Formats: sequence, structure tokens, C-alpha cells
Amino acid sequence: MTELHRKYRGWVPVIVILAILCIIPFHMRAYHVEIAIIYFMSVILAASYRLVTTTGDWGFAHIIMQGVGAYATALLAKHAGIPFIVMVPLAGFVTALVGAIIMVPMLRTKGFAFFIASFAFGEFIRMLWMKVKHPFGGTGGITGIPSPELFGLKLASSVNYYFASMAVMVIAVFIIWRLDRSRIGNAWKAIHTDDSLAECMGINVARYRTLAFVIGSFFAGTAGALLAYRMGSVDPHNFEITQMIYLVIWVVIGGAATFWGPLIGVTLLTVAFEWSRSMLEWRPMLFGGLLILSLIFMPGGIESLLPGLRRPPGEHYARFRKWLTTVKPG
Amino acid sequence: MDSATLIQTLLNSVVTASIYALVAVGLAMAFGVMKMANFAHGEFFMVGSYTVYVLYQLGGFNFWVAVALSMPIVALLGVATERLIFRPTGKNILAGFMATVGLGFVLQVAVGRIWGVGMMKRIDTPYMGAAEIGDAFVGWQRLIVIPCAIAMLIALRYFLYNMKLGKALRACAQEPEAAALMGINIRTMTMLAMALAGASAGLAGALMAPIHAVTPYMGHGIVLIAFVVVIVGGTASIGGAVLAAVILGFIHTFVTTLTDSLVGTMVGVGFMAITLVIRPQGLLGREKP
Repeated sequence: MTELHRKYRGWVPVIVILAILCIIPFHMRAYHVEIAIIYFMSVILAASYRLVTTTGDWGFAHIIMQGVGAYATALLAKHAGIPFIVMVPLAGFVTALVGAIIMVPMLRTKGFAFFIASFAFGEFIRMLWMKVKHPFGGTGGITGIPSPELFGLKLASSVNYYFASMAVMVIAVFIIWRLDRSRIGNAWKAIHTDDSLAECMGINVARYRTLAFVIGSFFAGTAGALLAYRMGSVDPHNFEITQMIYLVIWVVIGGAATFWGPLIGVTLLTVAFEWSRSMLEWRPMLFGGLLILSLIFMPGGIESLLPGLRRPPGEHYARFRKWLTTVKPG
Repeated sequence: MDSATLIQTLLNSVVTASIYALVAVGLAMAFGVMKMANFAHGEFFMVGSYTVYVLYQLGGFNFWVAVALSMPIVALLGVATERLIFRPTGKNILAGFMATVGLGFVLQVAVGRIWGVGMMKRIDTPYMGAAEIGDAFVGWQRLIVIPCAIAMLIALRYFLYNMKLGKALRACAQEPEAAALMGINIRTMTMLAMALAGASAGLAGALMAPIHAVTPYMGHGIVLIAFVVVIVGGTASIGGAVLAAVILGFIHTFVTTLTDSLVGTMVGVGFMAITLVIRPQGLLGREKP
């Protein structure tokens, strides 16, 4: 095995998946293309939510942050006519700013209290949208967001929008993946493991926690921009707590310990979500039950089951031998 | 605001504060004893309301029988939650908490499937008419909430501070290991805390059933308020929860009277933000969280 081979081996499945993603929209029904577009937004949300949780801050405002991006897009694209390619990162920056502001009081809390504080601040923002008629449009939200264009290409067509959102998703996931493996990512994990120890090692805990929340909010905001453009409208009901619970379910069932866990979770559960369309009323119970069962019997998520498959074959054999000795009587 | 509106708002504030206190006390207790944060607490409230709906409205029982029965029923739900969710997830606070998020979904769908979603359930008020206090009129149905809630809170206080079992419960909250060494069965205490939390949430839900809009989704609003109250009062501080409930109840009711309930909740959350910045451990919390 050459050095080059070893270095780039991990990229092979990624390239295969991307190649498949590039081919399939031409062979899918329009409905499934729409599902795939929503799925790309979900992937951005799951990956960025997991980024926030690496510091141990399980927030409950991530969907609201997506909403901030969506509202920013709706207002700026409608009234200022900002083009798609500028608007998507701009929505991220606006959301990051809002995230930085609400993080000031939330920094005083941690663990469970952080969860509740972020839940409360998220609801505060959502009530603001419902209450303020101008410019947020009250409970009706904002309609008539102009259809986006990219380099003269109309994105109203499903397949074109599929590729645009896929590009955003790939860039976002790549940046989050790099951050996760960087020195900053290690600092976040150090805070999660033991924040006083991290503080002693010279990590500015408050600054790094804020950074994680702000970066996570940035990507949630870009996902919100994608949503607002696709729907052509935003309203406060798109960002209800139920959505947030589904996001938590994706990340928890997938497993938040590694980067790939939430992506596995969101992929499998999107499929499950579509399968359960025929029993719409039962769906929350189904997913709530799945969440409870997975937390009790599989606390590390689906992802925790996979390293077992990656063990060298000899170890499997050794485990098998060991199992045999326990089965044999005497 | 004239004097009639003022008296009316004051009385309504007391009603709101007593309901907040009932809901938040249970939450603070479960969190204080075994660090069990129950997101389905709002759904416990909802089940309490549905007990009254089913027994009183559909079953034709006496209103007070339905209210009294709601306590053991929801307490049983609390015990089941402890046995089936908090015990298996063990020391991992967050996992238990997330699992109760799932439990909230399960209870909502169960209730929604059995008694239907759609319109809110109509529950006849057993006490028609209003009391005339000064120039103000306040419905009897609202006024009876106050003595019930105060009686429950006094009973809880008597139990926690004057009875052996209650003292054992508080010992567990302070130092579980030392309490276990003194021969206190921690598991029993955990179950007791969840049962009391369920009973108080159930009672609050039952009392509010004729006043509040009864739907399967009523729990979300309640759990948000309950958690804000617990955070403002200081997690694991029962006295703090009651104090915060009174403060937030008055703020919410007065702002609601002046504008509307959406703004009322927003001002409550704003109050929590200020409390967190000035006093992160909460009003009566002892240690830094």
C-alpha cells in the first residue's frame, strides 16, 4: 500500500457518494428531488448542531437560528434584491450576529440550564416574529420571496435548486469537518470533557463556547436561507419546537460522539420519515419511542455500533472464540 | 388602570402564581433530588387536565372527585417515568432529559389518538358566576384555584420539613451518598420525588382544566414557563421556585392585562435573561451552577 494510497483512501466513499448524488436527480420523480433538497438542509442542520454540542452545550434554539437566517433572507432578498450567491452567506452572518447576542446571557449557564435558557430565548425570538407585524409579518409570516437565480440559471427548477443546495451542503459539511479536526475543535472537546481543566490549559472557555455557538448558528442560517428560497415564504410555524425535537432525535439516534454520527442519523431517519408518511398521526410517537429506546439501549447512537465492523478480522475471530468458551458447558 | 381592573388583575396574578408554583415545585423537586430533568412535565399537566375532562365531562363524576383522582393518576405516570426512563439512563442527566422529550411526543400522540386533536375540549365550569370584590368581578372557578394550590404547597412543606420521609427526601437532595449510608433507600426517594412531582403537576392541570384551553399540545407552553420559573428561582431550590413563581405570575398577568399574553411570556423570558446575567445561580440558588 503506497503512502498516497493510504492518505486518500478515506476519500473514496465520499467521492462515490457525491458521484451518486450528482446522477440521481435526473432519475428521480420531482417529489423525491424536493425531499432531497430538504434532506440537504437537514444535513447542514445536523452537522452544525453537532458542532455546537461538542462543547457540551446542548442548545434548543438551533431551528430558531435557521429561522433567523430564513427571515433575514426573506427580508433582504425581497426588499433589497440581494442575489442568491451573496444572500446565503449573508444570512449566515446575520444569524451568527443574533447568536452572539443571545449567547451573552446564555454563557452564564451550562449543561441543563443552558438547554432551558436557549429554549426560552429561542421561543422569545419566535414570539417576536409572531408579535411584530412590521417587518416580520406576524403569524402569517412573509410571502413573495423572489425566485433565486445563480449565474443566469433559474433555480426555480427542482434539479437546478438540487445542485445549488447540494453545493452549499458540501461546502458547509467540509468546513464543519475541518473545524472538528482542527485545534479549535479539540479545544471544544476539551471544554466538554472538563471545563475547569481546559481553563487551566489556557483555553478561554467563554470565548470558545461563544465561538462554537456562533459558528453553529452561521450554518443554521445558511440552511434557513435555502429553506426560505425554496418555500418562497417563511412563517413562525416552520420553526416550532417539534422541528427542534426532530433535529435532536436525528443527532442523538445517529450518535453525537463523532462527526459522521449525525449524518448517518439524519440519512436513516429521513428515509424512515418518508416511509411513515402513511401513518402521519402516529409519527411523533414512533420517533419519540425510537428516541427513548435508543437512549436506553444504544446511548452512543447508531454510529457507536459501526466501529465493531471496522475491527481487524483477527479480533472478530478472537471474540468469536471467547463467545464459544462461554457457550460450551463446563 | 382603574381600581376594579387593578383588583381583578391582582387576583388573577395570584391565581397564575399559584399554578406556576404548583407546576414548578414538582419540577424543582425532581431535579433537586436525583437530577432528573423532566421535559414531559408539561405533558403531565396535560394528562391532569384530561383526567378531569374524561371523568368529569364525559364520565359524569363530581368535579372534586375528578380533581382528587388526577393526583394519583399522574403520580403513577411519574413513577412509571422514573422506572422506565430515569433509572435505565442512570447518571447521564442529558440522556434522561432527552428521553423525556421523546416521552412528551408519545403522550401527546396517545392522548390525541384517543380523544382526538382538532378543537379544544369544552369543559363546563362547575362553579358558575363571579365573586364581587370591590368593583371587580372574578370568576369563582378561578378563585378556587388559590386555596387548593396553597393547601397543596403547605402540605408539601409540612411533608418535607416535619415528616421523616420528607426529611429523608431532602437529605437525598443534599448528599445522596451520605443519605444512603444513613440507611435511606435512594431508589424509593427518587420514586417518591417523581410521584410528588407528578401529583402536583396533575393537580395544577386538573384545576386549570375548566379555565385553560385543553388540547394535546398544551404542555409545550406550560413546560417552558415551568422551566423559566425553576431557572429564575435557582435549580433545585423549592423555596426559590415558589418565589420565582410569584414574581413571574405577577409580571405575566400584569403585562398580559396591559397588552397580550404573547408579550407577557416575552417579558417573563426577558426577566430570566436579566436574572441569569446578574445572578446566574438563580434567586435563591446556593452554589454556582
